[in-house]
Amino acid sequence: MTGFLVLIVLVLISVAIWQLVKIFDLTQIGVKPEDNLQIATDNDNKVNGYLMFAFLGFIYVFMLFSMIKWGPVVLGKPASLHGPEYDNLMTISMVLIFTVQIITQALLHYFAFKYTGKQGQKAVYFADNNKLELIWSSIPAIVLAVLIFYGLYNWSDIMFFDEKKDDPIVIELYAKQFSWEARYSGKDNVLGKANVRFIEGPNSVGVDLSDPNAQDDFVVSELHLPKDRRVIFKIRSQDVLHSAFMPHFRAQMNCVPGMVTQFSFIPTVTTADMRNDEAIKKKVDNINKIREAKSALLAKEGKPALDSYTFDYLLLCNKICGASHYNMQMKIVVDSKEDFNKWLAEKSSATVAVAVKNDAKEKAASSEEKSTSVKDSSASKVDSTVVAETPAVK
Amino acid sequence: MSAMSHEHDNHSHDHHEHHHKDTFITKYIFSIDHKMIAKQYLITGIVMGLIGVGMSLLFRMQLAWPEESFKIFSFFLGEKHAPDGVMTNETYLALVTIHGTIMVFFVLTAGLSGTFSNLLIPLQIGARDMASGFMNMISYWLFFLSSVIMVISLFVESGPASAGWTIYPPLSALPQAISGSGLGMTLWLVSMAIFIASSLMGSLNYIVTVLNLRTKGMSMTRLPLTVWAFFITAVIGVISFPVLLSAALLLIMDRSFGTSFFLSDIYLAGEVLNYQGGSPVLFEHLFWFLGHPEVYIVLLPALGITSEVIATNSRKPIFGYRAMIMSILAIAFLSTIVWGHHMFVSGMNPFLGSVFTFTTLLIAIPSAVKAFNYITTLWKGNLQMNPGMLFSIGLVSTFITGGLTGIILGDSTLDINVHDTYFVVAHFHLVMGISALYGMFAGIYHWYPRMFGRMLNKNLGYIHFWVTAICAYGVFFPMHFLGMAGLPRRYYTNTNFPLFDDLANINVVVTLFALIGGAFQLVFLWNFFHSMFFGKKAPQNPWRSNTLEWTAPVEHIHGNWPGELPEVHRWPYDYSKPGHEEDFVPQNVPMLPGEEVLHH
Repeated sequence: MTGFLVLIVLVLISVAIWQLVKIFDLTQIGVKPEDNLQIATDNDNKVNGYLMFAFLGFIYVFMLFSMIKWGPVVLGKPASLHGPEYDNLMTISMVLIFTVQIITQALLHYFAFKYTGKQGQKAVYFADNNKLELIWSSIPAIVLAVLIFYGLYNWSDIMFFDEKKDDPIVIELYAKQFSWEARYSGKDNVLGKANVRFIEGPNSVGVDLSDPNAQDDFVVSELHLPKDRRVIFKIRSQDVLHSAFMPHFRAQMNCVPGMVTQFSFIPTVTTADMRNDEAIKKKVDNINKIREAKSALLAKEGKPALDSYTFDYLLLCNKICGASHYNMQMKIVVDSKEDFNKWLAEKSSATVAVAVKNDAKEKAASSEEKSTSVKDSSASKVDSTVVAETPAVK
Repeated sequence: MSAMSHEHDNHSHDHHEHHHKDTFITKYIFSIDHKMIAKQYLITGIVMGLIGVGMSLLFRMQLAWPEESFKIFSFFLGEKHAPDGVMTNETYLALVTIHGTIMVFFVLTAGLSGTFSNLLIPLQIGARDMASGFMNMISYWLFFLSSVIMVISLFVESGPASAGWTIYPPLSALPQAISGSGLGMTLWLVSMAIFIASSLMGSLNYIVTVLNLRTKGMSMTRLPLTVWAFFITAVIGVISFPVLLSAALLLIMDRSFGTSFFLSDIYLAGEVLNYQGGSPVLFEHLFWFLGHPEVYIVLLPALGITSEVIATNSRKPIFGYRAMIMSILAIAFLSTIVWGHHMFVSGMNPFLGSVFTFTTLLIAIPSAVKAFNYITTLWKGNLQMNPGMLFSIGLVSTFITGGLTGIILGDSTLDINVHDTYFVVAHFHLVMGISALYGMFAGIYHWYPRMFGRMLNKNLGYIHFWVTAICAYGVFFPMHFLGMAGLPRRYYTNTNFPLFDDLANINVVVTLFALIGGAFQLVFLWNFFHSMFFGKKAPQNPWRSNTLEWTAPVEHIHGNWPGELPEVHRWPYDYSKPGHEEDFVPQNVPMLPGEEVLHH
């Protein structure tokens, strides 16, 4: 239906253009040839001057409209310790650029309106003025210097963090087409070595099980973070570039195959608290209204309705990574310290080492049953362990 | 060009004197005349532009109405890529990839620089032709070949390149990762390698011509700002394009010959691939070492054209001629040391991020100087609102709007959360896409009489400008909010994230503006091709301009001027100079007795 409407709109626009062309052709009959040079006349200057002024109005009104109508869709309050600083810097920069935008657009379009040409009039010969040039190169320079220093202060605060302070926990984010996994370092808080060459069966992220630090590592597909503890992410990719984007925490870092990248922040708002935040509540209500309306439409077509939405933090992939890039996500849950420890205790027994051992036992049992006939699969696995003996990444 | 086979058999290559009679082939196809080559570049650029813009309209429709089926998808993309009128996710990625590639390289690099550097450099500096007409011809035909290969790549079985226009490996290196990285990517790389060769030949020609073939009296400080911009653009191109070529060659090695420049530790489709020790981050460095200067390769010619058009139509000298040159030089220099701001979150050392933040924000200073100089040029002018002038003013407007958000993206801290979101899409489309496109339109409206000897219809030009201006803001301003809401770019649809459900109506608004704006480009196309044959015959100097190209005869001739080359006596911006009857004094008019130079 929409497709049909769009087609109609396109056809109508084409007809409109064709008619306009005809009208202009007709208006040119009877015009003296010397007035039909296709060069702007005084009248053209006047009309377009007014339009320039109107356009200034359009820019202002459109900016205002967008901010009122679409301002509420932005992310809402940050959920990490450095988040408020980030938002503060963003606000300062935004106020600054809006001020400059409003002033310069006004000057540009007002001059275009005010000084429209008339025949017989002469412009003022004003070729240069070093004082003016100095003013408008030094003012941006000073303002930018302030922004740069404030920005770099924040940047080093975020990127060069103290790895010992704030009771840190080390978690590996593991990206692959088109899903995420998270590896927790277990009791020793040290991640075992890993390489894609160790990937086999339940060892889905390629943990090197000969490393003593790897024995207590476990892997989950829902990321749980403790409130008020520093989380240090070690980030890996299995295949192509991905980007670990956690917008509510103002956090992002690319996942690079062959390399371990790193990002760190301190979560400050639990998922439960965020769901009770006024702005988020409003946003969620609005989204649910939209989803209900959509569900009603779907119901008419006999399709199942959409689930209602409850707020959750998300980890998104933000680097083009293949066909299903648009659906590569993982839920993040921020727990209070107690809840987090409970969750950790629950999960930490299911280590990769145990899973691999169980898997091997099962395999052995089933191969004994089937005796000699299943050489093919085990043979190929022997090959892959040979390759795995020479991992190059630390 | 439509009648290629015409007169195929009765041409000869025997005569090489200066005023020989041209055959159809030497005049229209394998021409070595810079004016004809400029037209060839322009028309090829327009055709590629149609493809590029058309693609964007298709994927904008997909983004606005993700669950709908459109007959036109099947019509344009075929049943394979849009079964039952529903675009597939791989097709979406292919469209954004090729849209980016075509618009950045084929339209706004070759179409813009190729057209106006070729047309204006010899005519404005008073030269008979380019330093090497033959190399110029080769340059165009390589560009044509690369365009053909890029278009062919759209039709291969496994689909065209789909790894984004930045073609980051491993995605672009491994067909297992995305099917577009098979034959489609190979053709993309071949096409771009040929394109780079074409671009380098063109650039070298422009540089040599500007340095060596200026007419008597045409010192560097009397060059029109257009020529300055084209000259510096060519220099940037010569510095940075070879780096992309080397990146492309290394990528070809990785793809086809088993090397590991950019690949390491990859497990894909159930097996470990035999690559070890390379780094995709290296590719990112090589790519953006071209990629960022490329922004200025696109933008500087547009700014140069704007300088000329604004000064002529304001009937005033461009304000701060020397400051403008200095800012072009500063931008050119800084453009080569800021590429890392595309990589703040790539995993490179955060210390580098600090350095690149510093150099990046420095670029705001020469950019601000340019913007203020344009605004001051309008002040107390006698503005002639020709369509070219409107597009130039429009350029200054979008250059400011888009440039300002660069202050946010260039700041490594703030980049963390808006990197690769729609905020970036909004920023670079305004500051480089739309601005450069406006510059190109301004150039076409202004120099069309010089190119085709006829005038474009001004009323159609006005309609074209005003609708385009409104739609450009309508498309790209709301995108900032999508980015601030955390919506990543290059998502086929965001319906898998209930979090983004409240963005659906913004996407519809954006797409509607895009469709209307796209449709109104037909007004321009009609005007362009209709006026070529039926337009009003152009007078010698329609805009009463000072530069030398308007002293050459309207009918194109080899060597540009029939007799002696014009001699230059003054700078190009003596508009409304006190002591002169007319409000313009062409560069070839000798100084009056006792006349003083009033600019610095």
